[in-house]
Amino acid sequence: MELKDFQNRDIAPGYIFFDGEKKPQNGWESFKRVVKRSVKGELFVGLWIVFREMIRFDIHTVQYPIEKIEMSPRYRAIHRLLRLLESENERCIGCGLCEKICIANCIRMETRLDENKRKEVTKYSINFGRCIFCGYCAEVCPELAIVHGNDYENASEQRAHFGLKEDMLTPIDTFRAKQQKEFSGFGALSDNADENIKKTPLAY
Amino acid sequence: MSETAVIIETIVKAVVVLSVVAGMGAFATWIERKVLAFMQRRLGPMHVGPYGVLQLAADGIKLFTKEDIIPQNALKPIFVLAPIVAATSAFVAMAAIPYFPEFTVFGYTVHPIVSDINVALLYVMGVASVGIYGPLLAGMSSANKWSLLGAARAVVQILSFEVVSGLSVLAPIMMIGSLSLIDINDFQSGGVTNWLLWKQPLAFLLFAIAGFAETNRSPFDTIEFEAEIVSGFATEYSGMRWGLFFVGEYANMITIAVLVSIIFMGGYNPIWFIPGAIVMLLKVSFWIFLFLWVRAAWPHVRPDQLMWVCWKVLMPLALVNILITGIVLV
Repeated sequence: MELKDFQNRDIAPGYIFFDGEKKPQNGWESFKRVVKRSVKGELFVGLWIVFREMIRFDIHTVQYPIEKIEMSPRYRAIHRLLRLLESENERCIGCGLCEKICIANCIRMETRLDENKRKEVTKYSINFGRCIFCGYCAEVCPELAIVHGNDYENASEQRAHFGLKEDMLTPIDTFRAKQQKEFSGFGALSDNADENIKKTPLAY
Repeated sequence: MSETAVIIETIVKAVVVLSVVAGMGAFATWIERKVLAFMQRRLGPMHVGPYGVLQLAADGIKLFTKEDIIPQNALKPIFVLAPIVAATSAFVAMAAIPYFPEFTVFGYTVHPIVSDINVALLYVMGVASVGIYGPLLAGMSSANKWSLLGAARAVVQILSFEVVSGLSVLAPIMMIGSLSLIDINDFQSGGVTNWLLWKQPLAFLLFAIAGFAETNRSPFDTIEFEAEIVSGFATEYSGMRWGLFFVGEYANMITIAVLVSIIFMGGYNPIWFIPGAIVMLLKVSFWIFLFLWVRAAWPHVRPDQLMWVCWKVLMPLALVNILITGIVLV
């Protein structure tokens, strides 16, 4: 590569420059242009295209309250707090990283040491009125405890409803019925995460 | 037949035409929404009734119960009069239009035309062009810039295209030698090949274009083009007064569709085994569909382009067409 190539800032080469139609110079040419524009089949192409779409009947309307679009797993809607698979405890270890990283300052948690000197989360709330759903909290969480769900219908009449821990945490009944879905979206482990584990170099 | 019977029969016919056309106009709004929606890959109204059929009832309720506002600076009597003029002229024009071939009910022959006058075509076009007073009075009495602009555009556009439609329809009249729509219809009896469409293709095209302009349908709806002049002459209207304009527009659409079908497309003459009434219905439906189809497909034209195409292209073509027809006839 030469310097010339670097200086060429045209990142998409191959533009076709079009100077526009030539203006008619005399009466005969403008007459020809009128005839060309009037008789050209463009109008009928337009008619055909809308008619084809009608015949094809490929309707894109989603009748929202009745039908819903399936959200992508990467969609970042209301957070979910997951439980540990065996002990049924909350996965959250109270590290406070999500609270720290939250750029909207909407996560608040209170922790204490319980009788076994283990850290325990006593209160956890996300102010969804303020949350911008950036996904940093889910990304930073070391335990995959806080993840994003797909529940985007979060209108409420009271601000107090925005961010109750009970709404986010997997209910214990759901969990026991093995209905807790492992998160497959933003910040989740890949499907083949187990295969990719390698022993640290110190071990061998 | 006594005079009273004629009067009663005429009144019955008038009421039937009025109610059927008003109903068709209301139904056409639903059809229009559906067709436009399908062409744009939408569903259109779906919630009121099965597939949204009752949407027009909902519209009616909305129009009737909406508050009727007359702006403070508006000229009240004229403001009130304008929508009535628009709707009335549209319906009165239908008096001389034959819709179906005559049929017999209980041994009584019914002529499905309110009044068979010998200058029917002249009458229809004349009364339809009186309809220009609707937008004109509405726009001038509304005390609103957009309304005034809409009224100005209405006068310019409709008057200009009256010339085109009048001249273009002259050539078929020269061939037929009668202004009665029944005569025009009978002239084309005997199959598709006898349609005037094949003898007067240019006149047909010009009349159709002028029809689009006179009924104020896109691509020529400069009169109430939302992007430029809000809603044109109807900006200040609400509720049922606006509804009257709307009904008038759809009645005009139906009139033009019927006129084109009768003058150029063989009218209600039966084709093969299909009876005349059904043929007529099919033709009118096709034209209504064409109005919607064109609206979905084509962009608007600017008013100056519209005037340009009217006076510099269409009118000379209409004159040339008359000239050629005259030479051929002589």
